[in-house]
Amino acid sequence: MSIVVDGISKYFGNFQALRDISLEFPEGKLTALLGPSGSGKTTLLRIIAGLESAERGRILFDGSDVSGLHVRDRDIGFVFQHYALFRHLTVGQNIAFGLESLPRSERPSKAEIRARVAELLDMIQLPQLADRFPSQLSGGQKQRVALARALATKPKILLLDEPFGALDAKVRKDLRRWLRALHDEFHFTSIFVTHDQEEALELSDQVVVMSQGRIEQVDEPTDLYARPESRFVFDFLGHVNVLSGSVQAGVLKQGPASVRLPRIQTTGDAQLYLRPHEVRLVAKPVSGADLPFRIEAVSLIGSGVRVELRPEGWESNDLWEVGMSHGEFARHRPARGDRWYVIPDVGHLFTEDSRKPQTVYWEPPEFLETAGSGI
Amino acid sequence: MIKQATPGAGQSRRPIGRSKRVLPGFGLSLGISLFFISLILLLPLTGLIVETSGMTWDQFWFVITDPRVVESYKVTLWTAAAASLFNGAFGLLLAWVLVRYEFIGKRVIDAVVDLPFALPTAVAGITLATLFAETGWYGQLLAKAGIEVAFTPIGIVVAMAFTSIPFVVRTVQPVLEEIAPEDEEAAMSLGASDGRVFRKVLFPALWPAMVTGVALSFTRSLGEFGAIIFIAGNTPYVSEVTSLMIFVRLQEYDYAAASAIASVVLAVSLLLLFVINIWQGRYLKRLEGRS
Repeated sequence: MSIVVDGISKYFGNFQALRDISLEFPEGKLTALLGPSGSGKTTLLRIIAGLESAERGRILFDGSDVSGLHVRDRDIGFVFQHYALFRHLTVGQNIAFGLESLPRSERPSKAEIRARVAELLDMIQLPQLADRFPSQLSGGQKQRVALARALATKPKILLLDEPFGALDAKVRKDLRRWLRALHDEFHFTSIFVTHDQEEALELSDQVVVMSQGRIEQVDEPTDLYARPESRFVFDFLGHVNVLSGSVQAGVLKQGPASVRLPRIQTTGDAQLYLRPHEVRLVAKPVSGADLPFRIEAVSLIGSGVRVELRPEGWESNDLWEVGMSHGEFARHRPARGDRWYVIPDVGHLFTEDSRKPQTVYWEPPEFLETAGSGI
Repeated sequence: MIKQATPGAGQSRRPIGRSKRVLPGFGLSLGISLFFISLILLLPLTGLIVETSGMTWDQFWFVITDPRVVESYKVTLWTAAAASLFNGAFGLLLAWVLVRYEFIGKRVIDAVVDLPFALPTAVAGITLATLFAETGWYGQLLAKAGIEVAFTPIGIVVAMAFTSIPFVVRTVQPVLEEIAPEDEEAAMSLGASDGRVFRKVLFPALWPAMVTGVALSFTRSLGEFGAIIFIAGNTPYVSEVTSLMIFVRLQEYDYAAASAIASVVLAVSLLLLFVINIWQGRYLKRLEGRS
């Protein structure tokens, strides 16, 4: 079932939580609503569910307007951050709740309900827990039960409000994978709210980035990460290194730091955004790129090495980060306190008057003479 | 107005392991508390036992099974039961309105709920008797419908209900405030009707508090005296409550008999509180998963 959000605005008193939001959620896809707290993502989800009403705009399920429908008539499954399991009911009774709430004419028989509950318990891989009470379960188990409960009546739409927010990192990762597998198997249209960019990029088919009640960008995860369309999305998705300065004659300068911008015509104040994997560390400055740093910290945990750098003699509002492989690290061993230089491969230039960035490529032969000495 | 629950706030204050207590004055405050409890609770209890210990078992049995006294037990029990059940329903409604809705005068009503506690029971009794007498405002209307309230056991129910309603409201109110709105939203998203949400989600959460409130209301009604005697009519075998029987024995200077009857009321009240506490402890234990 496809979901269309058409011109939704929502106020809480004088505060405008959503500003004229229009969106389309394609059928059978898993979409993430991503944004910092206060961006309106949860409010939007609750409006789609019917738990909240909007001042303006419509919600369409498969083309028909459901704006006036009560949440109980929208046929959706909703999963809450803090599970919202009924604590006086057993796991089995919790899962059966939706089936037993059906009007008598549609309600399955007791035996059928029992069979369906058993089937769902198998699906969430907790078949032995039917008679436990929610308080006897771990957080991850509770959220699985909540999911089974939401799916019991086979809704075509599944809405999840920060479903993994209250869980620890390990459980979160497991549950994430499991949800993805579940979605691929049953193909309901799902929307989930998260403030975790990693979660959004890993799990979803489509990401909607929101900020201050507006949509910043809607894209597939890979495109979103590779081509952020605004400063906000850049800052919000992963780490970004920023060089602010002014451009003159194709060179961006700030104090002693400078980098040549090939094929760029603009002049004036500008910021260059660089991802940690789009830059390299070198021992000496090269012609066309002189960005001196002092190494602040080296983090070895993970699949790659992350080096944190403090600008030397110039300013940046955050430390810079450079990623490299363990092999490269072992060869050059940059240590804390050493002075190193950065050269860029790809960058994204924001000028004062533009919202969207221009992409800058430093292809060979730009730094050809240094290719050997770079890390 | 709405209190935010702060989970774990109480736990963090507890000292870890056997380390020195962080809060000072434990010995002193516990000592004063125990002294006070002894003074206001144990001392009169002992007095009661001392007073009755002068009697033989047969005498004691004779006094507490006197037909007029037995009749007063019956009247007291059924009127207290009726009053506390009424309070269970009405108190829940009142608590619901006070927690769930915003309206003008809400704070006034919230304050008025405590009035029966603050009002001297004799004042309440006289007021109720005046209102419900055949010539009173309510009594006139009820008389037309053929219902007599004043000077009948129904009058006792009215007086008991009036004096003990705050028990139900004040025990249910905080529990209602703490129920997460998500639980109701979850039930509704699963297609449950309003009635079903109340029966299956809200009521089970409120149930223990309601039982406690009703039980407190019941025990309070068992011992109520001041408010009742003005409206009950006090006809022997019809509308005499047990606390009145104690008073009657006192007026006859039969202190031992008065104490004997009082000890019966006390025993029933204590037993009831005890049972409720155990039951509630078990129920909550199950919900919190410590069973």
